[in-house]
Amino acid sequence: MKRALLVAAWLIIAAPALAAEIPLGERKSGYDLMGPDTRAMQDDDTANPGMLWVLDGEALWNSKAGAAGTACADCHGDARASMKGVAARYPAFDATLGRPVNLEQRINLCRVGHQQAAPLPYESRDLLALTAYLAEQSRGAAIEAGIDPQLEPFVAKGRELFMQRQGQLNLGCANCHDDNWDKRLAGSAITQAHPTGYPLYRLEWQSLGSLQRRLRSCISGIRAQAYDYGAPELVELELYLMSRARGMPIEAPAVRP
Amino acid sequence: MANALVNVPARARRGEIIEIKTLIQHEMETGYRVGTNGNMIPRDIITDFVCKYNGEEIFRADLFPAIAANPFFTFYTVATESGSISFEWIGDNGFTAAETATITVE
Repeated sequence: MKRALLVAAWLIIAAPALAAEIPLGERKSGYDLMGPDTRAMQDDDTANPGMLWVLDGEALWNSKAGAAGTACADCHGDARASMKGVAARYPAFDATLGRPVNLEQRINLCRVGHQQAAPLPYESRDLLALTAYLAEQSRGAAIEAGIDPQLEPFVAKGRELFMQRQGQLNLGCANCHDDNWDKRLAGSAITQAHPTGYPLYRLEWQSLGSLQRRLRSCISGIRAQAYDYGAPELVELELYLMSRARGMPIEAPAVRP
Repeated sequence: MANALVNVPARARRGEIIEIKTLIQHEMETGYRVGTNGNMIPRDIITDFVCKYNGEEIFRADLFPAIAANPFFTFYTVATESGSISFEWIGDNGFTAAETATITVE
């Protein structure tokens, strides 16, 4: 009895310190928090600069690469059919590596393994273009990432990192994106960390960028040492964020301010 | 050649005011930035944009280094007759891009 009371007391004390996750009904995409001009830009495929990368990606999909001399299309056929809904499931569990890989890593695994080509560097124009082209095939599809039971420990690790305070400012992701998403930071909306539109065109970047680029700049923002591109921690964080957004539609390539 | 996206209505009534939108892929490097090696990154921008309606110039723009990457133009014209609307972008280092759209006016 005494023990139960102690636990109850601990729960009452600890509860405010634990960041509350956003209830399902209150989930928003960054789209819902941005201005009408930026929304109009995303909605019109001839005004959305992300579509320029999609066009490049389509060309790359059909062009031969590597020592094997094969194009993505030689195995996968028409991406419009074969890649529909695929991006909505990433990061996904890779049985050979025994851990989750994101879409960029999957493209590079395919390049190295099947096309016998050099992996494309992170944030390179070609990798962003291919990722954007694949993600665009899932536009409107509900996010399903993290359903695979094998991913459970990795989602948990990602969540842990999301809650973990770090850096000189001693902030965790949750301190802004769970607790203060309805406020503004330096005039910009604080979003809910639902990565529905990646890779996306940020007006600030004047370029397309991946979710990992976004995460790394957020981590630098709290003055912590950012993980390298492709680091397992970033993939786990990506996985947790995508599983938070489960059921929300893919918007890629989105436009954000 | 750089990707360009143009949006011209396929059909319009004679005398109707139509909106034309164009988007072109370009870095628009200002020439004022310093690279990681400490040297200035040379200027590389689009300098001119021209739109012609059946060969007649209807819109022209001069571009400068302060214009963002992937310039987007939107402007209006009066649909006078069926035909083609052509777009041309010219820039530094011999950059050229062209695109054409057709319009049916009834």
